[in-house]
Amino acid sequence: MQHVTIENNKNIHMKRRDFLKQSTFASGMFFVPQFLKAFGNSPNKAFSNKKVVIIQLKGGNDGLNTVVPFNNDIYYQQRNNIAIKQNDLFKISDEVGLHKSLQPLHKLYDKGFLSIINNVGYPNPNLSHFRATDIWQTASGSNEYLQNGWIGRYLDHTKGNPYSAIEVDESLSLMMKGKIQNGLAITDPKLFYNSMRAPFFNNVVANYKDAHLNEHNLGYLYNTMIDAKSSAKHIHEKVSTKDTSAEYPKNLFGKQLKTIAQFINSGLETQVYYAGLSGFDTHANQTNTQAKLLKKYAESMEVFVEDLQKNNTFDDVLILTFSEFGRRVKQNESKGTDHGAANNVFVMGKKLKQQGLYNNLPNLGDLDKNGNLKYEIDFREIYATILDKWLEVDDVAILNKSFSKLNFV
Amino acid sequence: MKSAHIKHLYNRVGFGITPKEIARLSKKSKKNVIKELFDSSKSTTEVLINLSFLKNYTNKDYKIPEKRMEIQKLSRKKITAFSTAWFNRLKNPSETLREKMTLFWTNHFVCDSNRILFIQNYNNVLRKNALGNFGDFTKTVSKEAAMLNYLNNKQNKKKSPNENFARELMELFMLGQDQYTEKDIKESARAFTGYNHNFIGEFSKKIRHHDANEKTFFGKNGNFNGDDIIDIILQQKQCARFISEKIYTYFVNENINKKHIDKMVKVFYKNYNIEELMRFVLLSKWFYDDENIGTKIKSPIELLVGINTIVPYKIEKSKQIILLQRLLGQMLMSPPNVAGWKTGRNWIDSNTIVTRLRLASVLLNNEEIAYSEKGNEETIITNFNKRKLRKNVFIKVSANWSSFENNFKNFENKELVHQIITTKLNSGTAEMLDRNQKLSKRDFAVQLMSLPEYQLC
Repeated sequence: MQHVTIENNKNIHMKRRDFLKQSTFASGMFFVPQFLKAFGNSPNKAFSNKKVVIIQLKGGNDGLNTVVPFNNDIYYQQRNNIAIKQNDLFKISDEVGLHKSLQPLHKLYDKGFLSIINNVGYPNPNLSHFRATDIWQTASGSNEYLQNGWIGRYLDHTKGNPYSAIEVDESLSLMMKGKIQNGLAITDPKLFYNSMRAPFFNNVVANYKDAHLNEHNLGYLYNTMIDAKSSAKHIHEKVSTKDTSAEYPKNLFGKQLKTIAQFINSGLETQVYYAGLSGFDTHANQTNTQAKLLKKYAESMEVFVEDLQKNNTFDDVLILTFSEFGRRVKQNESKGTDHGAANNVFVMGKKLKQQGLYNNLPNLGDLDKNGNLKYEIDFREIYATILDKWLEVDDVAILNKSFSKLNFV
Repeated sequence: MKSAHIKHLYNRVGFGITPKEIARLSKKSKKNVIKELFDSSKSTTEVLINLSFLKNYTNKDYKIPEKRMEIQKLSRKKITAFSTAWFNRLKNPSETLREKMTLFWTNHFVCDSNRILFIQNYNNVLRKNALGNFGDFTKTVSKEAAMLNYLNNKQNKKKSPNENFARELMELFMLGQDQYTEKDIKESARAFTGYNHNFIGEFSKKIRHHDANEKTFFGKNGNFNGDDIIDIILQQKQCARFISEKIYTYFVNENINKKHIDKMVKVFYKNYNIEELMRFVLLSKWFYDDENIGTKIKSPIELLVGINTIVPYKIEKSKQIILLQRLLGQMLMSPPNVAGWKTGRNWIDSNTIVTRLRLASVLLNNEEIAYSEKGNEETIITNFNKRKLRKNVFIKVSANWSSFENNFKNFENKELVHQIITTKLNSGTAEMLDRNQKLSKRDFAVQLMSLPEYQLC
């Protein structure tokens, strides 16, 4: 029995391979070097020119000390060492204040460019960093294991190019990996291009003949190489080399945002960008660590938005900031907080339908059995909203399920 | 034993093998080849560096901020030195299988520390237990200073339990996701309360911080301590399955074959003896099935050390060894997080594929390598004025080509292909190589090691 199955598989492989060869032949592509995917001429422009920038605060940001219910007694009781004092926040309502480190975002908030969605999570929250990150990145349920990310599936669905989704990092996250198409990981476009100009690479990709299917590791290696080379060329041609005048904070996160702004302002067709800031896993001595990180986040975001506005590109950009989970309401004895569940999500953009607080703050008197915040909005409703209303694609096909839409865009 | 099988064996439990060695071993039976492999890993040679600087400091110094900074700075330097010593060990292992297993466990019992003494001890604990009893191994790891710090178990006290270690113990070290309840985590965290260590990293239990009361764990009640919890987990067959699957994924194939795993579980569950399990795997027929040969994507360390097996090289500056590891995505002393490095295709993306294909030229042909400055967030901020965020460098390397010439003297370029490449060549690449037969043997070898095919073993 097994033998027969293997034979059948072989036949399928052969057929697919023959088909690929023939179709290349028939379309007259035979004389074009196969490795040069001519992205510039690709007719694939039926989609909107809207862009999404996704930022992950890695490690689980303590949302309760970020968006603070400063009149809530339970908050101060549960966090006697680490609660944010009223002097250490700026108030945005009679009950809610933002951590003072977010001061750089104050102006954006006043202009209505920021919407804060509270109590975002999903049923049966997972408290492991890795699993929770996978859940957010794949848009899966908590008992469902997906091998591709929601942005990867977006690439599949829109028949995007690798550079349609760019992660500004040295490695590519699951979120950016589709069944057919992966996004691209880049830290520095010039470096990326230069490192691939060696004649040897031309040789390797030029001689690549077999239509290796992606299922085989060798095919995967070759395809990654070809995608990288073609994308590097395209980005190099498209992205202006002149440096931006904007002064970004001199840290990694600032540099990431600077690169993204450079891409957006040059009119690169990329629709999704992904960057992250790590260090939010504050099990001990949380106060200073979180203050420093939020400051780093807010300062860079301010410059980023200004940079986009100056170049008239902000209209088409939506920025989503999330963390894989929030933290426990009750602080621990190490002046920190343990892994929690529901958390707030920041959305920034010029044309937000609902500005400021999107919904009410969490009910600290109604926690789950682990002492964590309960969720009110499923994070996939946010994804569905972005896909449907902002990127104008079929959210159900990408998320494999229908979710109700929100009204922030 | 068949040459192709010897090569496969040493690709997986070592870092490749020279033609000379293959010739020697091919005269032996499979049983004897494997016996030799295990016999040569009987003893443990620790990796140790000179830590005499610690004699100048006492526990009290740690409480003075300036002194502490000073110790930390020295410690960081020593960690670089240790990283180099370990890398050199991997290139010249006295106990091949043991070193490969140590590398495997490094990505299982993942830990990180900036205290050199603790991390050196920890690394050698992995080495000593690499082929030992899994239960004892886990108990030892739970008491190591580096681990007590890394997963906050030091802060886990009766009055204020910290669940971090208990959670990862089950999720990552023993059972896998979704094999336990949140209640199991809370109860087992109580059992690990009071764990601590002294200044030199020796385990101590603080009785007043230990919760000696009754716990309910996996349906059992008792005044369990940490070791008891580990024993109860070992009784779950899932534990044997979880470790078997991990070993299979690493040494055999990322695509799990349930029949093979079932057999491994049967062997392992009996007594959790790692050596017996490995012996079973390496003696099995299926380990040498075609579908398991030449299909694994090498880890960055396997790639770096594998090149050294073909052409021994020496990188002059420790920092450049670490730079290469970073660009390839696996710094020996800095796992990304407690889940470790994601392997297989996760090693490959648009950045790493380029670095991988250029690696042989960078190491052996003195080609320049460009990179963007990253490293530690803090060092970038503080040193920003001194550093550029982008650099071009040459890696200073001395390559021992005469060793290569000697090991491969019996082979023409054409035969070299199958000595260096394990997988079947893409047909276009094979034609290109045919056209390049006239290259010098050295250049041809570098070319082979620059192919996508060379990324597989």
